[in-house]
Amino acid sequence: MISLPHFLVVGALLFTFGLVTVATRRNAVGVLMGVELILNGANVNFLAFDRYVGDGLTGQVFSLFVIVLAAAEAAVGLAIVLAIFQTFRTIDVRAADLMRE
Amino acid sequence: MEPTHAIEHVLGPQAVHAVSYLWLIPALPLVGAAWNAILGWKLQQVLGKKIVHRVAVTAMALSFAVAVYAFVQLLGLPAHERFLQDTLWNLLTAGRLTVDLAFALDPLSMMMVLIITGIGTLIHVFSIGYMADEPAYWRFFSYLNLFVFAMLLLVMGDNFAVMFFGWEGVGLASYLLIAFWYTDPEKAKAGMKAFVVNRFGDFGFIAGLFLLFWALGGAWSPREGGGLRSTDYRPAAELNALVGATSAADAAALAPVVEGVKVGPTMNFRELRDQVVVEATGVKEHLATTTVWGVSLAMLVGILLFVGAMGKSAQLPLYVWLPDAMAGPTPVSALIHAATMVTAGVYMVARLNFLFALSASAMGWVALVGALTAIFSASIGFFQYDIKKVLAYSTVSQLGFMFIGVGVGAYWAGSYHLLTHAFFKACLFLGSGSVILGCHHEQDMRKMGGLAKHMPITRWTYLAACVAIAGFPLMNGFYSKDEILFKAFTSRHLGLFGTPTPWLGPAIYFVGIAAAIGTSFYMFRSYYMTFTGEYRGGSGHHDEHNVDPHSALAARASAHSHDVHADDGAAHAFGLAGNAPSHGAHELDEPPHASAPHAHGAAAPAHAAHAPHDDHGASHGQHGGTPHESPWTMTSVLVVLAAGSFLTLFLGIPTLWTHAAPLLEHWLEPAIPAEVAFEQAPHALEWAFQGIGVLAAAIGLLAARALYKDGRSEVPARLKARFEGIWTVVYNKYYVDEIYDALVVRPSTAFARLASRFDGGVIDGAVNFAGAIGRFLGRFDAWIDSTFVDGAVNLVASLTSAAGGGLRRLQTGRVQTYLYGALGGALAVVLLNFLIS
Repeated sequence: MISLPHFLVVGALLFTFGLVTVATRRNAVGVLMGVELILNGANVNFLAFDRYVGDGLTGQVFSLFVIVLAAAEAAVGLAIVLAIFQTFRTIDVRAADLMRE
Repeated sequence: MEPTHAIEHVLGPQAVHAVSYLWLIPALPLVGAAWNAILGWKLQQVLGKKIVHRVAVTAMALSFAVAVYAFVQLLGLPAHERFLQDTLWNLLTAGRLTVDLAFALDPLSMMMVLIITGIGTLIHVFSIGYMADEPAYWRFFSYLNLFVFAMLLLVMGDNFAVMFFGWEGVGLASYLLIAFWYTDPEKAKAGMKAFVVNRFGDFGFIAGLFLLFWALGGAWSPREGGGLRSTDYRPAAELNALVGATSAADAAALAPVVEGVKVGPTMNFRELRDQVVVEATGVKEHLATTTVWGVSLAMLVGILLFVGAMGKSAQLPLYVWLPDAMAGPTPVSALIHAATMVTAGVYMVARLNFLFALSASAMGWVALVGALTAIFSASIGFFQYDIKKVLAYSTVSQLGFMFIGVGVGAYWAGSYHLLTHAFFKACLFLGSGSVILGCHHEQDMRKMGGLAKHMPITRWTYLAACVAIAGFPLMNGFYSKDEILFKAFTSRHLGLFGTPTPWLGPAIYFVGIAAAIGTSFYMFRSYYMTFTGEYRGGSGHHDEHNVDPHSALAARASAHSHDVHADDGAAHAFGLAGNAPSHGAHELDEPPHASAPHAHGAAAPAHAAHAPHDDHGASHGQHGGTPHESPWTMTSVLVVLAAGSFLTLFLGIPTLWTHAAPLLEHWLEPAIPAEVAFEQAPHALEWAFQGIGVLAAAIGLLAARALYKDGRSEVPARLKARFEGIWTVVYNKYYVDEIYDALVVRPSTAFARLASRFDGGVIDGAVNFAGAIGRFLGRFDAWIDSTFVDGAVNLVASLTSAAGGGLRRLQTGRVQTYLYGALGGALAVVLLNFLIS
């Protein structure tokens, strides 16, 4: 029997993978992909709680909203990555440290 | 007093005639002084010296002309209305007291003004010649005019304030003129000495004034059992309510009026005189009866005022400045230190006769000091060799005679001696100036002699003045001196310590007659030493002339001798031509010597024979030349003054001769309300006294003639050797200067040094100690400030900076680092959440 904790574990794993990806990837596109993972981890949580705890469609609407947001965020993020590339001729996020100190 | 001309004093208020031109008399010399002080320097450079003396002399002459006009107006008035007043403006108003800048002329001040402007003008003219080679010509005339201005304020001032201004002003002018050649430290010192010694006198004068007004304050404010006795005086309360007077008219309206006399605070001579002479005011009684610590107030006031006169008029013991004042140019000595300024004290006593007459003791002291001064300084005059010093001591002595006159109450006689002295002493001083100039700035009589043939005009005028001062009836001096001495002999009212001392008058007479013998002796001594015998001046050049055959010729034929000396004159003239600016006669567009052109022609053949001598003479320049007569500007003044010395005798023909009051006594009578009783003396006695006076003069003349005529007598040298000790003491002026130096100057300088040391040690020490404490506290405070306060501030700053320095490393610019931060933060929040719950 698959219960809420299972879903929560999957969501947490997705979140953690995403977070580790964001924290460790040097490639800006990889970082964006890690962000997608985090958002999807959150989506899993929304849906699971909607199914086992909530009533109605609140969680599903929220996850749809997050998906839309993720698409927009990916678009903006890729545009930023392009701008970084044009500036630094690389997409390594460690190179873009002009704002240090 | 002789019954034939008993004076009836009208003891009422003085009638006043207001006029509006009196201010011109002092203003003209002031304008002259200012003109030459401001523009003289430049004008002298551009236009020459003429413009300087023209301005100065014109100012004086105009002033004299105005004075004469005033004199004519005074003459036209009835005797007891002879009082002209010219009020310019109000100087100050304080309660009921008003002080105006006002001038007044009564017969006494009229006499003084005529002397000052008249003789002053003559001396200005004389100075043209005397000061001709002086570079600071403009400065001299500016000072001289300034002096005349101040002197006129002194005598014309209508109140004590204006008089005191003049009194100090003449002191200033005297200082400036004594120290005229200020580059010579001796002369600068003489100027300072005169000024400082006068300060002693001025202190007494002003203390006397304060005491007088303090005393009058008692008379002016009604008191119980005294003060105002008028029926219509206003009570003090009412007066106090009106004290807020703001104008002279208001203040005048406040004073109660008693028999036409305003009784109230005043500094005005006339008002004070009225208050004293009108007995109903009670002022006289108050002054005469008040005592201070058991001493009569009138006596104290009189003596203190006389101390002022002592300083200004060079009486014992303050006479020491006057002989030193001879350091000034000779015209200055004549004008200031003989004719005018030094008589200011006499004038003051005569002006305040109504005050001095209140105290027989004050009068006694005045007369006694005058007599002692007369004999003391006459004795010093015996042995002086400097011709100006002789005249200086003679002046001191004659001033003593004047004080005998005003002291015993013969105010008119003292004033008359002032007048006659002004003429003959100015003549003597200017004569000595002419001699000094003629002898090329030689003042030592031992180096003169035989000047009679070189300087005939100077010689005769000097002789005339000698006759006048010695007291022969031919000239004016006899009349004034004899009147003074006779009045002294017949005065019995004098006191010394508040008690009558009837022997004082005769005693003063005997001292005075001894001084008169001395006067005659030293004056003729100076005459014989200067004008008779052989010329002793010059260098080897002249000594050679005196031993070469020419001197034998000179002894036989004076005409020839004159040629020889004329030759010298020519040589001298050549010597001068070499250094033309050295002799000022060139400035005057006239030959420096009357005989010079003659000498060029007549002595030309002899010139070659004397060539070596002449070269010698030329190399000596003006110091080796023959004495010469002075230019006409100087000799004419001498003649005028000598004539004046003769003519003024008619002002004082004794009553004994004409059975009428002498002109001057009659003239001065309204100005002298003080009534002094003299003992009646038989006419025979008076004749005898006049005889004694002439005899005294003759004794002095004969003694001087025997000892000093022609410089041949050996007696003076033998006497000097015989009485070496006494001679030394007298020659050194009784060591008075040394005594003063030891008693006054050195203690006061020692005291000054002590005070300076006290100042430097104790006061400066205390100040420095206070400063050191302050500095220490300041340093301590600064240390606290810089350590703690600044430390705290800096600590905050450095902590902030260190924190910033540490924290800035967190901002790496890498996105992932921030993410770690965010993760850490979230983790911490979660953990914290667990911990709290």
